[in-house]
Amino acid sequence: MLKKIEEIFFRSLMLISNLLIVSVLVIILYSIFRKGLGALNWEMLTQRPHGGYYYGKEGGVLNAIVGSLYLSFGATLLATVIGVPVALFMNVYLVKRRKILNFIRFLLDLIWGVPSIVYGAFGFGLMVFLGIKTSLLAGIITVTLFILPIMIRACDEILKTSPLGLLEAALSLGSTKTETSFRVVLIQSFSGIVTAILLSFGRAIGDAASVLFTAGYTDSIPTSLNEPAATLPLSIFFQLSSPVPEVQNRAYASAVILIIIILVISLLSRALSKKYHKNRI
Amino acid sequence: MIVLFYNRKTKNRISTAWMYIAISFVVLLPFILGLGLYFKSSLLFSENSLGDLLFSKVWKPSIGKFGFLTFIMGSVWVTFIAMLISAPICIFAALSITQYSKKFYLKIIHPVIDILAGLPSVVYGVWGIIVVVPFISTVIAPLFGAQTMGYSILAGAIVLSVMIIPFILNILIEIFRTIPIELTEASLSLGATKWETIKYVLLKKALPGIIASLGFGLARAFGETMAVLMVVGNMVQIPKNVFDAGYPLPALIANNYGEMLSIPKYESALMFAALILFVVVMVFNALMRMLIVRYDKY
Repeated sequence: MLKKIEEIFFRSLMLISNLLIVSVLVIILYSIFRKGLGALNWEMLTQRPHGGYYYGKEGGVLNAIVGSLYLSFGATLLATVIGVPVALFMNVYLVKRRKILNFIRFLLDLIWGVPSIVYGAFGFGLMVFLGIKTSLLAGIITVTLFILPIMIRACDEILKTSPLGLLEAALSLGSTKTETSFRVVLIQSFSGIVTAILLSFGRAIGDAASVLFTAGYTDSIPTSLNEPAATLPLSIFFQLSSPVPEVQNRAYASAVILIIIILVISLLSRALSKKYHKNRI
Repeated sequence: MIVLFYNRKTKNRISTAWMYIAISFVVLLPFILGLGLYFKSSLLFSENSLGDLLFSKVWKPSIGKFGFLTFIMGSVWVTFIAMLISAPICIFAALSITQYSKKFYLKIIHPVIDILAGLPSVVYGVWGIIVVVPFISTVIAPLFGAQTMGYSILAGAIVLSVMIIPFILNILIEIFRTIPIELTEASLSLGATKWETIKYVLLKKALPGIIASLGFGLARAFGETMAVLMVVGNMVQIPKNVFDAGYPLPALIANNYGEMLSIPKYESALMFAALILFVVVMVFNALMRMLIVRYDKY
């Protein structure tokens, strides 16, 4: 009897935990959409803020949308150029070197956990060191450092499931390691790699702490890498603290836009990873 | 034909060279980060001892006194309470997801966890400001007879706990799934009930993994910046209870960077704060990683 009660007690705790998790997501989405959807209109998406982002009542958040996209595309591109070859290197060149491979994975897991504010501070130091000012470029460099370990580890997780036989077959037919990497292993796991890149893009577009000191903030849309750029997360953060209600509305609208971008990324990567699991050998 | 062959070889050489450069960069990155932050904060070490910096609570940048104890305590409070909230929720949810749930429910809960994990930290901050902060000032605080605006350690901890739940939960689910099913089946076939099996077999077997997943969550929470910064109140004081405002380390860095550039010592103090975060997170993650080395399918 006591056993039964104990089991029921813990089952209900499990049920409550699940309910809490699901309902907290519903509450987050509901509360922000309720505030933000009303403020979201065409003007918000197509205009820059007029009269300063902090006090100006008119205009929208186009500067932040474009800035965020520039920044995240730039950083994701840079991280892909560095990260995908690294992941391939680990799984083609180093596949037999267990010890080295484990050490690299260990290091990657360690920097994977470093908070983005630390990258922000480091990026700022780097910026001063290199003599560049707060700009799109500085932001891109910092965010690249931040998402690089995430991307490599995600690609690595995908690539390490690719069968060794495939690799050996390609090599034994006389292809170079480069051809094996990019034309066989990479193509085989392609949708998985795209998922990993999307995941990194989502990280890049959502992070605020790493661009706080490096990308700057501006009302205008950057036309070169040397100009500062506004980003969506920072537009939420700065405009929410403004005393003007219209400006606060811009912050809520930005939050809705950001959530929608994240949801789309999440849906896309879900669809892709389904495809990946279907095509896998 | 020979040209083509040469071409392939050249391509191979170039791409291999790039791979070597890229991987050396990545392997060196943690050391570059650590050393960079150390050199940037070295100005502070030259005049203050490490013990003073970490354990003094006098924070007067204008006269060159930098004691980080207030901020370290702020971080410890917020992180600790967040862990208290999220640890049991994560463990129970992971148990039910891996042991009891039907396929149909998994199709709901997995996307929910994914979305929670993907939401940017400022979004959690906005949620904190419009829901958690008013809830604390109007409902929870009066319940305990406290007066607060709501911007408090508790608000930071609640927001933080929600943020780290998907993170811990994903690791926990993975860990419970690596426990061989034969073990639980053996226990069930001997007549133990499902809950007894979980209690005496599964939890026991997974204990190092559970500790590690909570450790990773703790490290993650310790460095989380924006969401906490937005709701925690940011007052330079050591909190006495959960309704007091606090000032965690990441918030210190984020709040003060812009203005304090002119004072080199202040800048190096903020770099030191980043160094503390870096070291704590790296050490914690390394320890936890060693703890679960045997689960890894590296």
